[in-house]
Amino acid sequence: MTVLSTVPLLLILFYIIKQGISSINWDFFINLPKPVGEKGGGIVNALIGSGIIVSCASLMAIPFGALVGLYLSEYKRDKLAYWVGLSVDVLQGIPSIVLGIIIYLWVVKPTGHFSSLSGSIALAIMMLPPIVKSTEETLKLIPGTIKEASLALGVPYYKTILRVILPMGLSGILSGSLLSISRVAGETAPLLFTAFGNPFINTNILKPMSSLPLLIFNYAGSAYEDWHKLAWGASFVLIMMILFLNIVTKILERRWKIQF
Amino acid sequence: MENSILKVEHLNAFFGEARILSDINLEIPVNQIIALMGPSGCGKTTFLRCINRLHELTPGARTEGNIYLFKDDIYRMNLIVLRRKIGMVFQRPNPFPTMSIFENVISGYTLNGISLSKLQKEEIVEDSLRKASLWTEVKDNLHKKGTFLSGGQQQRLCIARSLSMKPDIILFDEPTSSLDPISSNKIEELLLNLKKDYTIIIVTHNLQQAARTSDYTAFFYLGELIEFNKTQLLFSNPAKRQTEDYISGRFG
Repeated sequence: MTVLSTVPLLLILFYIIKQGISSINWDFFINLPKPVGEKGGGIVNALIGSGIIVSCASLMAIPFGALVGLYLSEYKRDKLAYWVGLSVDVLQGIPSIVLGIIIYLWVVKPTGHFSSLSGSIALAIMMLPPIVKSTEETLKLIPGTIKEASLALGVPYYKTILRVILPMGLSGILSGSLLSISRVAGETAPLLFTAFGNPFINTNILKPMSSLPLLIFNYAGSAYEDWHKLAWGASFVLIMMILFLNIVTKILERRWKIQF
Repeated sequence: MENSILKVEHLNAFFGEARILSDINLEIPVNQIIALMGPSGCGKTTFLRCINRLHELTPGARTEGNIYLFKDDIYRMNLIVLRRKIGMVFQRPNPFPTMSIFENVISGYTLNGISLSKLQKEEIVEDSLRKASLWTEVKDNLHKKGTFLSGGQQQRLCIARSLSMKPDIILFDEPTSSLDPISSNKIEELLLNLKKDYTIIIVTHNLQQAARTSDYTAFFYLGELIEFNKTQLLFSNPAKRQTEDYISGRFG
C-alpha cells in the first residue's frame, strides 16, 4: 500500500523527463525563446528571471522570518507572540493568487508598472510561514539549561541569543529557507499580476521579468507545437531544480543536526 | 564568622504570589564546601539561584533582602561581573552543543567578546581542564564536540567551563544526580580538590553526599533555613527536631 503513494511522483517524473529531455541541450540554457515557426530557442530569460525574483524574495523573507521565529520561541507565553503565531498560520492558508492580486493593488498600481520586485514581495510573503515555523520549532527544542549555562557565565542576554541560541537554530532556519525556496520557485499565480513576464533578458528589478513558471504558463497555453516543447523543457528544468533543493535540504538537515 | 565570603541577610524569594524562601540569614565561610540539603521543594535550589541572580530570570520571580559578596551588595553589582565571580554547574551536564571541548572551556571569554591570544587561550583551557581532572582524558580530542563525551565527562567539562572564568564561588545544583556512581565519585573527589582555591556551595538530595563531602551543611525545610552548622556537628548532634527527623530518614 505504502508503495502506492510514490506512484504519482514517479509517474509525473517519468512523463516530464520523457517529454522534456529532448529539448534539453546547451542552446536551451543560453538562448531566448524564438518566434513561432523558428526551430530551437531557449529559456535563458526565464532562468535569469527566476533566479533574481527568488533571490530577492529570499533576501527579504529569510532574515525577517528567522527573527520572527526567534521571537516566537523566546516569548512563548506572551500574548503578542500568540497572535503573531496565529497570524503566521493563517497567512500560510491564503491562496497565492489572492496574494498576487493584493500585491498588484499595493505595489504595482501605485508604482504604475509591473516589476520583478513586486513579484519578489509576493513570493517573500509566501515564504514567511515555513521559515518562521521551522525556526521556531528548532529553537523550541533547545533545553533551557543551555541558555542558563551561557547566562551563568556572565554573558548578557542578547549575546546569549545571538551567539548561543541562534547558531543552534541554524539547521532549522536553513532547512525552512530551502524548503520555502523550492516551494515558491514553482509559483505562477502570485507572479501573473506582478512580475508579469518578459520575452527578453531583464536584470532590472523595477521592470517586468520572466520566470520559469510564468514561461511555462504562457507557452503551454499557446497553440504552437514549438512552444509546447519549450514549456516541457522548462518544466523539466524546474522540477530538477526543486528536486535538487529538496535533496540538499535533507542532507543539510542530517549533517547539521545538533545533539544535546 | 571572620572570613566569610558571602553574607545573606533577610532573603525572601517569590514566584508570583508564592513565597519560596522566607527570611534566610546565613554567612558562608571562604574555601569550604557548603552543602544545602532538604526535601524536594524546600527552596534550596531557589536559594542557590538567588546567589548568582538566575532566579530573577523566571517571569514573575523576585527577591527581597540582601546578599553580599565580600563587602559588595550583589544587587548593585554589575550582573556580568557577578556571574563571572560566582560560577554555576547545573543538574544535567549542559555543554554548548555547537562547540568543541576547547571552545566550550573558553566560551566564557569568547561569548563575552574578551579577546585573548592563542597562547592565553591554550593556557586557560589546559589549566581549567586539569583542575577539573579531565585533561588527560580529552587532551587529544580537544576539537571534538563536547557532546560526544560521557555524562560524567560532560559534567567535568562544565566544571572546567566555570573554572575558566576564575570565580570566587562555584554553585553546584545537584551535579551528580544524573550520573552513575563512579562518575559521581569522581565529581566528589574533584570537589574536595577544588576547595583549596574556591568556595563551593552544593545542593544535594543525597545525605551521604552531604556528610562525605561538605564542611558545613544548611538544612532547608518549607522555604526556611532550619539549621546551619559544621557538617559533623549537624549530623551527630542536630539542634532542631526537623533536622534530626530528616537525617534519620523519618521524612523527606
